[in-house]
Amino acid sequence: MTDPVAISVNQVSKQFGQGADAFFALDQVSVDIRENEFFTLLGPSGCGKTTLLRLIAGFEHPTAGHIQLHGEEISHLPPFKRPVNTVFQNYALFPHLTVAENIGFGLDMQDKPAAEIESTVTEMLQLVQMESMRDRRTDQISGGQQQRVALARALAPHPRVLLLDEPLSALDYKLRKGMQIELKRLQLETGITFIFVTHDQEEALTMSDRIAVMNNGQILQVGSPNDIYDRPSHRFVADFIGDTNFLSAELVESSSEHAVVKLSSGKNLVTGPTEATLNNVVSITVRPEQAVLIDDLANADLQGTVTNIMYSGTDSHFHIELPSQEEFVAKVQNAGPARRDWETGQTVGIKFHDNAVQIVED
Amino acid sequence: MSSSIVSPKKLFSIYKLPGFTFIAITCFVMLYAPIMILVGYSFNEGSSLALWEGLSLRWYYSAWQNEAVKDATLLSLIIALQASLYSTVLATMAALGTTRTRAYRGQTAIYAMINQPLMVPEIVTAVALLIVFATIKQATGYQGLSFLVIAHTAFCVPFAYLPIRARLEDMDRSLEIAAADLYATPWRCFRRVTLPLLLPGILAGAMLAFVISLDDVVITEFVKSAGQDTLPTFMLGQIRRVITPEMNAIASALLAVSVLMVSLIFLINRKKT
Amino acid sequence: MPDDSPSLSKYELAARKQQTRRNLLLCSPALIVLLLAASGPLLVMLFYSFLKSGNYGGVIYEFSLDGWLNVFLVRDIFDDVLKVADAHLSVFWRSIKLSAMTTFTCLVIGFPTAYFIATRPRESRNFWLFLITIPFWTNLLIRTFAILELIRNNGIVNNLLTDLHIIEQPIQMMYTDFAIMIGMTYVYLPLMILPLYASMEKLDFRLVEAAYDLYATRIRVLRKVIIPLIKPGIVAGSILVFIPSLGAFVTPRVLGGGKNLMLGNLIELQFGQGRNWPLGAALSITLLFIVMATLLLYVRYSQKGGVQHEQ
Repeated sequence: MTDPVAISVNQVSKQFGQGADAFFALDQVSVDIRENEFFTLLGPSGCGKTTLLRLIAGFEHPTAGHIQLHGEEISHLPPFKRPVNTVFQNYALFPHLTVAENIGFGLDMQDKPAAEIESTVTEMLQLVQMESMRDRRTDQISGGQQQRVALARALAPHPRVLLLDEPLSALDYKLRKGMQIELKRLQLETGITFIFVTHDQEEALTMSDRIAVMNNGQILQVGSPNDIYDRPSHRFVADFIGDTNFLSAELVESSSEHAVVKLSSGKNLVTGPTEATLNNVVSITVRPEQAVLIDDLANADLQGTVTNIMYSGTDSHFHIELPSQEEFVAKVQNAGPARRDWETGQTVGIKFHDNAVQIVED
Repeated sequence: MSSSIVSPKKLFSIYKLPGFTFIAITCFVMLYAPIMILVGYSFNEGSSLALWEGLSLRWYYSAWQNEAVKDATLLSLIIALQASLYSTVLATMAALGTTRTRAYRGQTAIYAMINQPLMVPEIVTAVALLIVFATIKQATGYQGLSFLVIAHTAFCVPFAYLPIRARLEDMDRSLEIAAADLYATPWRCFRRVTLPLLLPGILAGAMLAFVISLDDVVITEFVKSAGQDTLPTFMLGQIRRVITPEMNAIASALLAVSVLMVSLIFLINRKKT
Repeated sequence: MPDDSPSLSKYELAARKQQTRRNLLLCSPALIVLLLAASGPLLVMLFYSFLKSGNYGGVIYEFSLDGWLNVFLVRDIFDDVLKVADAHLSVFWRSIKLSAMTTFTCLVIGFPTAYFIATRPRESRNFWLFLITIPFWTNLLIRTFAILELIRNNGIVNNLLTDLHIIEQPIQMMYTDFAIMIGMTYVYLPLMILPLYASMEKLDFRLVEAAYDLYATRIRVLRKVIIPLIKPGIVAGSILVFIPSLGAFVTPRVLGGGKNLMLGNLIELQFGQGRNWPLGAALSITLLFIVMATLLLYVRYSQKGGVQHEQ
């Protein structure tokens, strides 16, 4: 990953409201987004991801901080002076213009010659496979087709960065899956930096090169989908993406390469390095599929009593109550080789996979 | 007899209340009967207002031949066209300045001023205008049409303002944001996106203003100088003296214009949804 | 307004100032015209109400309270004693009485009609509503004229009744209070139906079902459920009919003749044969004051939660 930085967000804050009503939609956010990257802003509604996108697009202006595009300050440029285009959540297609006129709108506003507009529009229609809809009105085409037109319209002026504001949220499940593949293809073909906003963690994991997980106006973690899933840095990140277990443990050893935590069972486990203070209680997280249930209690990392078994098709979820009153859920594949004929009330041992334990900030 | 069929009218319906349908139908008949009779008799051959003597366009023709009617019609149209044009331009600008914006100081006062002609009884406005304009007329000696045009423009503003503002508020804000995102400067965004989308509202506003101006009696009656009769003030004057079947014809023609305009406005607003 | 909060960046503040300036600039042409031909003249009229009446119309620019005094009092020509102006009081009384009667009649006819429209299938409601709107936007003078044609001595109604030998002599309906009330009911009826309908359209008929389920009879459902729920519409409609009735000018002039004056006609007189501009101005402001007070009461009512059922 040595691509140069496309968008640099530096200590950006955005305040809405005044006085007692004031609240920070963004609180000193910094992030670098590289060229040619599919970058996703992921978080629950109200976390500030759309605000960040709107600041980059120029629809809002930051209360403090700087936004740079290829090293050039753009925080206070109006949107029509930024080589950045947006695909809107509701598409925002002009109802009084045809499909082709919509796609050509940006080029027209840039005063490009008619011939160039014509050829770019044709090219874009091909790119999104909408050639036959050229002269339709935008209210005469389906939701999926509108989505394609919105994409083509935003891509037509060849922006340096394309911003996508939950563009798939209005589509049904099947169309959405198709469009995910389509979007990824378009990003690879055009080589444009995509900044994608979504609250759907699955969508973020499948499509992104890198993900920034946001909550309460802050970016908690930036990393590849794999990083985010396997090595969450915050309790919120681990919880928001996939299912997980949280346990308390004591940090007994800490160095720049690794750390050791002592579980409530007394067992010591090695994890990645942490900045937490030695001898303090820390939260650790273990994904439900990162543990197996075993008979051999002596060899187990934890032990507890099965309180509930939930069957869910591909796997079964075993709810286990630990002596520390914490609950642990283990996910066992129904088709796998592991033993799964436990019954409620039985005492079982829990054994974690290697590198399964991760210390998280609360 | 479990198999007997109950007449559907006897079945209980939660929507029905005794006598309501009867009163409602009567109400519709009452609303339309007087107008229908008026229009019907405008085609009466005879000169009696009550005796039907066969179908004819005689009174329309006779009204058309009447110089006073012709002059009044022309004046009505001149004033209504000007007033609707000016008030629509003013109302469009005011609507753009009062909608879709953060609240600003004086906004409530602006609303109150724009809607003032709707709240103040027409006779009060008319008398106030008479006082001011008569003083100006006396001082300057100018007695032209401008007094009527400016008075009509002022009271047409709220009528033009209403549909334009409604349309603006319904308009999807993200369309203009999208235009800005696609390199449209604010002025081009207005010309290429806002204005075309606003057009149905502006059209409805202009037509409403036209109808309102065309139908006005009270303010015109008090503001006009000698010889400046519009069709409605001409009618008012005639009603006081002698009623001829010609009046039916004039009234029916005016009615037709109003109904046509209102139907058009209805259609325009319907198309939007 | 705390718009100048220091936490906003200078760009945001500048943008806001610019937006407000733009808004005011856009509104100013309309405001100037309205000031010239609507609000301003009202102030001038207020000023004129405190002047001395000219002999042949117009005013003499001298301060005088006669205009206001004459609203309710008259100075006897012979002995200069102030007496209550019975003629004016009777006009005030007639205006209020006829307006109240008109409002009531409109409500009695309009309520079932609005209910009828609100209970039509969704697709046909617009059509019925359109039928109400059409007369609303057509010329008030013409509609009054249509009523005149109907109730004149040799009008349709009298002719029909004589032809059927129900009556010998035509009934004198013109130039009576009754004629004015009929006319005003006819021209202002849509103003009652439209807000009533707006309220009824939002009526949740599951509540009516619940009432029937709990053993309410039709009359009780109407009294205990429907009417309380659409009270905001009833109040709005009544205000919308009462206010223009109070200021009516054309209808009483055409149907009431010279004797049955309402406030609007009394005001006109002061600018015609009567020629007492200050009195006319004072009467106009009195009418305006009554109208504004009614509107204010209505605003108070709706703010106090009178419209709480509308969600």
